[in-house]
Amino acid sequence: MDQTFTQPLVSIRNCRQAYHKEASADLVVLDDVDLTLHEGEIVALLGRSGSGKSTLLRIVSGLLKPTAGEVKWRGQDLKGPAEGVAMVFQSFALFPWLTVQENVELGLEALGVKKDERDERSEDAIDLIGLGGYDTAYPKELSGGMRQRVGLARALVVHPDLLLMDEPFSALDVLTAETLRTDLIDLWMEKKLPLKSILIVTHNIEEAVLMADRILVFSSNPGRVAHELKVPFPHPRNRFDPAFRQMVDDIYGIMTRRAPKEVQAPATAAPTGFATPLYPVSTNLMAGLLETLSGPPYHGRADLPALAAALQFEVDELLPLGETLQLLGFARLEEGDIFLTDTGRKFVDAETEQRQEIFSEQLRAHVPLVNAIRSVIDQRSNHRAPALRFRDELEDHMSPEYAEETLRAVITWGRYAEIFEYDEEAQQFSLEEEDEEDEAE
Amino acid sequence: MSNYTPTALAGRRLPNRWDGAALLIVMGLLLALVGVGRGTIHISLTTIQNQPIHLDPKWLPYYALRSTARMFLALLFSLLFTLTYATLAAKSRRAAMVLIPILDILQSVPILGFLTFTTVFFLGLFPGQVMGAELASVFVIFTSQAWNMAFSFYQALTTLPMDLQEASRCFRLSPWQKFWRLDVPFAMPGLVWNTMLSMSGGWFFVVASEAVTVGNTTFTLPGIGSYVATALAEKNLPAIFYAILTMLVVIFLYDQLLFRPLVAWSGKFRFETTATLSGPEPWMLKLLRRTALFQEIGDRIGAVLRSIASLRLALPAKYQVDENAEPSKLIDGLWFAVIGLIALYAGWRIIEFVSATLHWRDLGTAVLMGAFTMIRVIVLMAIAALIWVPIGVWIGLRPKATRVAQPIAQFLAAFPANLLFPPFVLMIVHFHLSPDIWLTPLMLIGTQWYVLFNVIAGAAAFPGDMKEAVANFHIKGVLWWRKVMIPGILPYFITGAITASGGAWNASIVAEVASWGNDNLTAHGLGAYIAQATNNGDTPRVVLGVVVMSCFVITFNRILWRPLYDYATRRTTLG
Repeated sequence: MDQTFTQPLVSIRNCRQAYHKEASADLVVLDDVDLTLHEGEIVALLGRSGSGKSTLLRIVSGLLKPTAGEVKWRGQDLKGPAEGVAMVFQSFALFPWLTVQENVELGLEALGVKKDERDERSEDAIDLIGLGGYDTAYPKELSGGMRQRVGLARALVVHPDLLLMDEPFSALDVLTAETLRTDLIDLWMEKKLPLKSILIVTHNIEEAVLMADRILVFSSNPGRVAHELKVPFPHPRNRFDPAFRQMVDDIYGIMTRRAPKEVQAPATAAPTGFATPLYPVSTNLMAGLLETLSGPPYHGRADLPALAAALQFEVDELLPLGETLQLLGFARLEEGDIFLTDTGRKFVDAETEQRQEIFSEQLRAHVPLVNAIRSVIDQRSNHRAPALRFRDELEDHMSPEYAEETLRAVITWGRYAEIFEYDEEAQQFSLEEEDEEDEAE
Repeated sequence: MSNYTPTALAGRRLPNRWDGAALLIVMGLLLALVGVGRGTIHISLTTIQNQPIHLDPKWLPYYALRSTARMFLALLFSLLFTLTYATLAAKSRRAAMVLIPILDILQSVPILGFLTFTTVFFLGLFPGQVMGAELASVFVIFTSQAWNMAFSFYQALTTLPMDLQEASRCFRLSPWQKFWRLDVPFAMPGLVWNTMLSMSGGWFFVVASEAVTVGNTTFTLPGIGSYVATALAEKNLPAIFYAILTMLVVIFLYDQLLFRPLVAWSGKFRFETTATLSGPEPWMLKLLRRTALFQEIGDRIGAVLRSIASLRLALPAKYQVDENAEPSKLIDGLWFAVIGLIALYAGWRIIEFVSATLHWRDLGTAVLMGAFTMIRVIVLMAIAALIWVPIGVWIGLRPKATRVAQPIAQFLAAFPANLLFPPFVLMIVHFHLSPDIWLTPLMLIGTQWYVLFNVIAGAAAFPGDMKEAVANFHIKGVLWWRKVMIPGILPYFITGAITASGGAWNASIVAEVASWGNDNLTAHGLGAYIAQATNNGDTPRVVLGVVVMSCFVITFNRILWRPLYDYATRRTTLG
């Protein structure tokens, strides 16, 4: 691990990934990202969904060609998947019609390795990763944890220098994920893995702090490296160590601090405020969190990591929820904490119908898109407006996926607030009509 | 019971300008076939020694074998076509723009209308040899099988899971390896299901394609179809019953030895991550899997296939995706221009060919006849729905009855309905009934089973908790049908109905004209129009009839079935 003077495995300079859009500015997923990977280190890319961290992983793997920037693998320009790079997938990506052994041998087959050597190497990898005895099983007979072990064995059997892991444990339950993580780190520390370096993508802060020597924290929209942290703790790490907790707290702070800023200053600010991407958070979830916050033990203020642990939420779920509450003026996010506002308290104390009214007021005050939809409906003589029109407008400012999500959020909230109705079949907004209710059976 | 989207409805494609081009190109191709066929028609068919067909039942096993062999040969060609055509369409965006609409049109062309010309064409290729006639028959069976198989394969190739694609690229599988490791296995369940549907439909064409009349000559190939044709001509009723019996046995064997084991086996390739409870293993599959001898044979074959599949056969492959790369506008433009020119040329040839003898009046007649046939199809579908929906629902809601009835319905769907025509015809002749009305049921006799078995599947799949909720709220009678059952089975019903109505159009060509000895029965309709034009050797009218019928079928699919299917699947599924 003292080979800092040797050539880096991967070096990426000024990497940019953008999608060209006809009508408006390019949609930037990754902007001006630098990354250097040395032998002997585990690096984590930490960020929320949509921060481009998985895109960066695919660029490193050679699966994706960046729009601009320089990607070097062992000093050479990278053109396509390199020999010596293997990947582990979030969804495991096992072939359901191949047995464990056939899945593991896949990469060797592609290399044209002869049958005898294939058998030997796959046997070694299967034993190393603790799958001995499962050779002839099909993936669907295995539990999630066992499946990811197959994914791991399949990657290790080709003896790669660099292992890429795309949220490898996020589809597993907490206990299984912990076991796999510990096993992997143990093998790494005992130098039993045929690897020089590991690059892991995750949205789980604790996972990053548990595993990595270095963490790159990504900001969203566009994806940039917001922070780089070195993790000084030796393995095995203790997640209850105060220094460890402090680091997790700090990272929470980093990740919540910048989100609201991004919302206020989008690259091409539209006068209508259309450019704010919204998350389709259900109103029940919002109400639930507000109630939890107002009650004991939080009494209006909670530490985000603690809250996430208590509610068994991932950062990826909790942060959009918190941000939505902040956007609607029900709560505030500060330095890794969440506070209930006065409006939030009023909402919690209110009855069902009053809650809808309060929600409606907040929605109209803070989400211009809702007002825009309502005013279009009001102007039309038939009191109907096609959703397509708003989607198109949204897509001028954000990716189609974000536009879809934003529209879904607005539909859910607008329905709850009874500001408008939505006909999924016709994809049309309309006004609520009293007589339609009478007719219903 | 699996339920796959009928290929005629799959995809988000709406009618677009490519359809027009595809229609012209397909018709142009068929016309070219006709042209070549006419060029060679002077070769006397009688130079080929017609083997006489014996009506003695002891010949039937031999005839059955010959017919079955034709079927499997056609299946082989269909598979080859599927693996190449669909792959090409899936890998090349430009090819897909033309190939897929062409496939869509081909699906709707009533291939029976071209029976004579394909026969003459192949006879021309092998003058004086039985080979030509055999190939012609195989070709007709092929055209009844290939399109939906290719469609289902294309469908699978365009919906390959992203993560498996990335894994194949990341581990740098060669295109050949990826094809056998990812593409084919992923497509397998749908492909097997469609192959089985194709074969079920194929028996109909096996029977129809063996005895072909061109002008004054009737050409007969040894097989069950010729046997029936001869029996009809000789008014031999017992022989017809022997033929029906033989066919029942053949279909039963095919069902037990092939259909069931294959469909059960293909479950292995279903893309799901949890082991699902499946039905009992068919006895044939059990035999193959558990018997040492068969296992040994299977392993040997498997090993050879695997080693072929794992060959690299390296071609230059694109492993890295550049999402910013845009297709060259210039090449696109050239490509469009070439396609446009070909379509224009085909269009010009069609007009030239048809206008030499035909008048606008003829188009009017053909459309009017099409309208008659359309009314028949609609009335038949309505009657079939009224009869089979209640029965299917009744059966589907009772697991015991389902287990008994479902295989029978599938079995009956495979039975070639044209073997059942003679008894009907006999009755019509005997009681002097109006052919316009009483020939009609023949069109649906073979395909109505698709409605039945899909409705059974739908009712059987109706969720148990919803049944309990319905019972809890005492929902009964009309309300139960309107709010619960009909929405519950709608997607399944439509899946069956599209197959049935498509089959009915095609069957009209043989069902609207029937004969018993010297008694000829004709109904008014496009099917009879095409059949008569064929008999008279009136090529332009055959072309016209086929074009009009294709247009009717396509319009029917696009305007009625596709929106209905979309609506049903959207409205009746949660989430």
